[in-house]
Amino acid sequence: MITLTHYMTLSALLFAISVAGIFINRKNVILLLMCIELLLLAVNFNFIALSRFMGDATGQVFVFFILTVAAAESAIGLAIMVVLFRTRRSINVQELDVLKG
Amino acid sequence: MDSTLCIAIVLCPLLASLVAGLGGRLVGRTGAHTVTIAGVAASCVLSLLVLRDQLAPGAEPFNETVYTWLVTDGVRMQVGFLVDHLTALMMVVVTFVSLMVHIYTIGYMHDDPGYQRFFSYISLFTFAMLMLVMANNFMQLFFGWEGVGLVSYLLIGFWYTRPTAIFASLKAFMVNRVGDFGFIIGIAVVLGYTGSLDYQQVFAQAASLQGRQIEIFSGMPWSVATVACLALFVGAMAKSAQMPLHAWLPDSMEGPTPISALIHAATMVTAGVFMVARMSPLFEQSQTALTVVLVIGATTALLTGFIGVVQNDIKRVVAYSTLSQLGYMTTALGASAYAAGIFHLMTHAFFKALLFLAAGSVIVALHHEQDIRKMGGLRRHMPVTYWTSLAGSLALIGFPGFSGFFSKDAIIEAVGLATIPGARYAFVCLMIGVFVTALYSFRMFFLVFHGEERLDEEARHHVHESPWVITLPLVLLAIPSVMIGWPLIGPVLFGGYFDGAILVTGEHDVLGEMGREFHGPGAFLLHGLSGLPLLLSLAGVAVAWYAYLRNPALPDLVRRKAGGVYTLLVNKYYLDDFNEKILMRGAQGVGGLLWRIGDVVLIDGAVVNGSAQAVDWIAARVRRGQTGYLYHYAFAMIIGLAALLGWIVFRGA
Amino acid sequence: MLASGRSDAAAGARAYRWLALLAAVATFVASLPLWTQFDRTTAHMQFVERHAWIPAFRVEYFLGVDGFSMPLILLTTFLTPLVLIASWESVKLRQAQYFATFLILEGLMIGTFAALDALLFYVFWEAMLIPMFVIIGVWGGERRVYATVKFFLYTFLGSVFMLVALVYLYVRADSYSILDFHALPLSMTEQVWIFLAFLVAFAVIVPMWPVHTLLPDAHVEAPAGGSVILAAILLKMGGYGLLRFSLPVVPDASALLAPMVIGLSLVAIVYIGLVALVQQDMKKLIAYSSVAHMGFVTLGIFLAWAILGRTGDMPGIAMGITGGMVQMISHGFVSGALFFCMGVLYDRLHTRQIAAYGGVVNTMPHFAAFMVLFAMANVGLPGTSGFVGEFLVILASLQASFWYALLAATTLITSAGYTLWMIKRVVFGPVANDGVAGLHDINGREFLVLGLLAASVLALGLWPAPLVEVMSASVDHLVSHILQSKL
Repeated sequence: MITLTHYMTLSALLFAISVAGIFINRKNVILLLMCIELLLLAVNFNFIALSRFMGDATGQVFVFFILTVAAAESAIGLAIMVVLFRTRRSINVQELDVLKG
Repeated sequence: MDSTLCIAIVLCPLLASLVAGLGGRLVGRTGAHTVTIAGVAASCVLSLLVLRDQLAPGAEPFNETVYTWLVTDGVRMQVGFLVDHLTALMMVVVTFVSLMVHIYTIGYMHDDPGYQRFFSYISLFTFAMLMLVMANNFMQLFFGWEGVGLVSYLLIGFWYTRPTAIFASLKAFMVNRVGDFGFIIGIAVVLGYTGSLDYQQVFAQAASLQGRQIEIFSGMPWSVATVACLALFVGAMAKSAQMPLHAWLPDSMEGPTPISALIHAATMVTAGVFMVARMSPLFEQSQTALTVVLVIGATTALLTGFIGVVQNDIKRVVAYSTLSQLGYMTTALGASAYAAGIFHLMTHAFFKALLFLAAGSVIVALHHEQDIRKMGGLRRHMPVTYWTSLAGSLALIGFPGFSGFFSKDAIIEAVGLATIPGARYAFVCLMIGVFVTALYSFRMFFLVFHGEERLDEEARHHVHESPWVITLPLVLLAIPSVMIGWPLIGPVLFGGYFDGAILVTGEHDVLGEMGREFHGPGAFLLHGLSGLPLLLSLAGVAVAWYAYLRNPALPDLVRRKAGGVYTLLVNKYYLDDFNEKILMRGAQGVGGLLWRIGDVVLIDGAVVNGSAQAVDWIAARVRRGQTGYLYHYAFAMIIGLAALLGWIVFRGA
Repeated sequence: MLASGRSDAAAGARAYRWLALLAAVATFVASLPLWTQFDRTTAHMQFVERHAWIPAFRVEYFLGVDGFSMPLILLTTFLTPLVLIASWESVKLRQAQYFATFLILEGLMIGTFAALDALLFYVFWEAMLIPMFVIIGVWGGERRVYATVKFFLYTFLGSVFMLVALVYLYVRADSYSILDFHALPLSMTEQVWIFLAFLVAFAVIVPMWPVHTLLPDAHVEAPAGGSVILAAILLKMGGYGLLRFSLPVVPDASALLAPMVIGLSLVAIVYIGLVALVQQDMKKLIAYSSVAHMGFVTLGIFLAWAILGRTGDMPGIAMGITGGMVQMISHGFVSGALFFCMGVLYDRLHTRQIAAYGGVVNTMPHFAAFMVLFAMANVGLPGTSGFVGEFLVILASLQASFWYALLAATTLITSAGYTLWMIKRVVFGPVANDGVAGLHDINGREFLVLGLLAASVLALGLWPAPLVEVMSASVDHLVSHILQSKL
């Protein structure tokens, strides 16, 4: 029997993996974007599981919103990345350090 | 008499000074000396009138306020005039000598480009000096006190392109400031314990000061009178050049000769003596203070006389003689013989001004040669100067019948009668001083006027008697130098002339004691003829004659034999060196240290720039945390989020 | 009443100079009734102007003068036209802006002295730092950036503490009126903290030892006009602040901490006197001498409790405060005049080093006469204004302690030492070099400025009674106020 706990555990694992991906990743901005997507996915997972568990559809409606926003966000993210590549000739995360003081 | 008269006496020289000084080309050289001489002459005549009024039987001292300087805290500080017998005497001396010097200056400064400025200054000096002597309160006294110091500063540095002159002027001002430092403390003590700066009110409370105590060091209460008097006397020591604050006076000879006569012999330097006499009601309250005055005066009289013997600059010899004579006056004050001190002040003003002006006459005749070793035999070329100098010198050494004899013998006798601690020592010092005075005076006199002519070629051609504007003041000053003692000794010292102006308490009244045995100037003269001082001074003259005319090799021999003593004297007991090397350099050293260590290193370096650097340093460390990598920031955010959530979740537990 | 001229005139044909001068002179004339119509018998605020400003916080536009602020306002309006005249030709860069800045500064300074609402006071106080910052930063010397930042940070740091204290007082009194602060009872702990906050703010600008080091740098780098205003007026804000805030608002804390302030003042007088002795830079020397002279102001102001403690009686307290006030006014004239003199020399030879001069009197006799006069005033010679304040403070300090008077009186020696030694090296002596040989004497414009200052210095020295009379009611009121405990 797959209980709520399993869903939650999976969600937490996904979240942890994506977080680790964000800060262990030193190479590629695309990976970063993918990790963010994964992060949102983990959240969505929680929403759906809990929505089912509580018997309330609102959570599932939220998932749709999040998916929409996530799509828009990754589109913008990719666009930024393209511009970034044009100006810097690189999308290596290690080289993107102009934010430092 | 009323205050208008006093104001006129004071303002005439001031206005004249302003006209001469600010008028510039509008006034011109002739205008400058005309207006200043007119101003001072007016003052002099009015002063004589005041003296006559004061001498009239039943004349009351005049004491009136002109205007209120300021009122604060219930203390009225005013500008006003007190004219009593003491003041009137000083006014006449000041204005008369000043007038003589003004006239003399026409000749002496004839070729100087600063002619107008000079007249302006000496007139201004006359104003300040009159303010000093006529003051009826301590504030105004201090005004005049510093005023004469200022003019003295300006006049010593009159030839401002000479480095030695401007050094001397600065030194004079500085030493006087040390005195003023004491003086102002004295004034503060007086105000603090009497609540007034007015002479009358202060003196009325003088007796109460002795009983009151001031604790300067805890556990050592002093009488207020002693503290006040000692502090005031520090001022007098600087102004009247008493040891160890005398060092400025010989250097002040860098100024033109007329001011050496006026300021640094006849008037300003006697301000200290005048002040102590004026403060006699206070000084009488403190035997400690009197003893200090006595010992310092006697020491000065003797030690500076010794230095005079080894000087070769004609003006410096006279300067050291002035120091020594001021020592005599101060000693008289210490012995409570104020009247004798003032009497000597007066006779000294005449004969010392005379000697200075005579020296100036010689200097002019020799085209500003001042070394007495390069003079000699001037008697033939400058008869008027010669005879007047002789009169001055005889008065100085106290030759019987001359004015100096009466005043100086009175002092010596008064000190001999004094019973306060230190009187014995003072008496011995003064006795030796008589011999030394005669020695240096006639050493100079013989070297300048007698013996072979040691002039250089050029001077020999030019040497001639000075013009009348120079010789007239000499003659006019010679008259009182010779004569003034005989008629005045009786009334001034023993006739109660200073009653009301000077206060002497019973047990100190040495002059009163002398007065009981005083039977007219003739008897005093006869008494003096048989006294030790006369023998000593004659011995001094004889030694001078033998050593400098008869056997000129002798001084060299003595010099070689007494090497150490001679070096000590020539170096003026190393006091100048002490002042310059220890005090001056010391102050600069401490100042430099405070600045470099305190301000630059500690405050600016450590605290001000240090705090800026600390901020820099911390920022430099903190900025390492700002890597610029996105994933670091994201990580930090997540950690933070986790911490926050954790805190919220576990808070309840 | 205090509408000060603000002329940001266009530079057309240099008419702006006349316009600015006109505005400044008009302000001076407008301020004269303050003196003539001033009621000398009362300590109440006069010429009061009061409007609501920010009603929500009870902030008001509240102006008025008493015996402390009125002389300082007149000093400001008197000196500003002189500064403009002195800068007539010596400022080359952006002269219109320079003149405008001074007029703005003048308005703000007057506002600071006249403000009776604490927040208004604070606004004027802070705003005043901006033109000063600009004057040093734009028209200053080589190290102007360092100096101006130092000046700003020092003063700003101080005033932040003051703001905290003011806000706290507002919370307690529910009003920003300074007069309400005066009447507000406070506990000892509160008083001590407020006192320290005020002290930091005011000590920086007085400046007291050991926070004085902004001054030499600021002076050295500031243009002549800036130095004059800084020394003559800005420093007075500190002394004025102590009289307006520290003493009446927190009298018990003042009583408690007065020995500390007296100690710092005496250190300033003695220590700074020695430090000034070794300065090689004329402006720095005068700046240090300012610190020493301002030490008399703080000394005089804080003597009250020491006198009371020793004699158990009042005489001398009012004398000390009066002396401090007179010293402030006098220092305004004297230090202002000396900085003018430095400006005159700097305009000609472009150096402030004492060693670069010597024998100036040979080529500039009129200037030398003025310089010696002002030097003597700085030395505190009787007959000049410099004497009055020092004299009163020394007399008063003896009532408190013999040692206070002794240490304070050392200024007679040190001030003569540093001032006259400088005079000796700069003014007297043979012509030192070609630069000095080529000097030309002061022109009519400079003569006018120095002449007016000389007249003021002498007038105040010979007859200080009118000035003392103006402030006496306020001084007496302050004395009786501070001797009543607020606890």
